[in-house]
Amino acid sequence: MMNWIWLVLIGTSVIAGICTGTIGAVQDNLFSFADTAVELALGLIGVMTFFCGLMKIMEEAGLCEKLGHAISPVMKHLFPGVPKDHPANSAIAMYVAASVLGLGNACTPLGIKAMQELQTLNKTENIATDAQCMVMAISTGSITLIPTTVIAMRTAVQAEGAAEIVGPTILSTMCAALVCIILTKLLGRLKCFNYNQIIEKEKAAGTLRINKNYVGNDPIVLTEVPKKEADEVCQ
Amino acid sequence: MSVVLNFLSLYLIPLVVFLVPLYAILKKVPIYTTFTDGAKEGFSTAIMIIPYLTAMLCAIGMFRASGAMDWLVSLLDPITSIVGLPGEVLPMGIMRSLSGGGAQALCADLLEQFGTQSQIGRIASVAFGSTETTFYVLAVYFGAVGITNARQSAIAGIGGDLFSLIMAAVVVNMMWGY
Repeated sequence: MMNWIWLVLIGTSVIAGICTGTIGAVQDNLFSFADTAVELALGLIGVMTFFCGLMKIMEEAGLCEKLGHAISPVMKHLFPGVPKDHPANSAIAMYVAASVLGLGNACTPLGIKAMQELQTLNKTENIATDAQCMVMAISTGSITLIPTTVIAMRTAVQAEGAAEIVGPTILSTMCAALVCIILTKLLGRLKCFNYNQIIEKEKAAGTLRINKNYVGNDPIVLTEVPKKEADEVCQ
Repeated sequence: MSVVLNFLSLYLIPLVVFLVPLYAILKKVPIYTTFTDGAKEGFSTAIMIIPYLTAMLCAIGMFRASGAMDWLVSLLDPITSIVGLPGEVLPMGIMRSLSGGGAQALCADLLEQFGTQSQIGRIASVAFGSTETTFYVLAVYFGAVGITNARQSAIAGIGGDLFSLIMAAVVVNMMWGY
């Protein structure tokens, strides 16, 4: 899927660039956005480091387990594959809390942390699990109570009535998040998107990469593939 | 409601940052070394994201400069105009999934041009506020753990974006009776 999205984005850009004579600008943007990507990632280092440290303290103090138990009634419906005492629960809960409250800086590190915790329950190295897709649905749907950026932009033009869009925004964002969650649940059942079926397909093709840090109790055992080939695949 | 939220957004993080180590030290956790131990991961995570983010942002950057946006707008406009979405908002709505900064510039433009109390200004504001930059989120969160097969996430994300754009138009048109 990502292969095609990427190719379509680049392909249409180049074709449109040639047709409309903007190919020079296309090239300029290619290089300047490469810079932007690195700047964005480097800009994350500080907060990411801080929240990783704080999460470690929470883990050691046993707070993650407590939080996980407290929210398990909700979690077991949205994330059926995640055991109730797994640290992913609290990471997801903190991420959702941060994004609902609009705590911008805390959001990305906590979201990444949630993904990393869920990765320990991923049998494969590179195929997203149901739980990871659900976190993605919640983030792209983004339930936010106060759209701070928009209010700031509106205030810059006219202070009066700047916040009048809060109500409609909450309604619209709730619906969008719901659609994201339902689409994720439903599409995940299709043959081409089903986790286990993708694993079977890749296993047959010999391209499956197994997650060495998997902590669950149902690891994939590759038997048919000779060792030498398996090593090549891993690289 | 908004008083409570403002209070939370100002006090919540500092309080958590204070109370978590306090609780931990009462549980006899060596907080300073634990913090620095955990914090080591932060650096490698940020570096891990770079290839994914570069792949995504370069493609989006090229797309933005190419003028292909106009093609996409003329393709989608007949569908979105049925639900009462003004064509002027559509480029911003599409950009919202691709690039947060780009969408913000377009939204600010619309607000400047049509005013914040206009139909276009209101729909643009609601549409901007109600979704995330799907492609950025995909690259960052999946990139951080090395996921390359996103399964249905991209389609679900784009579906949600399109739906929130339609919802923005429907809700605003109903509330203000356009």
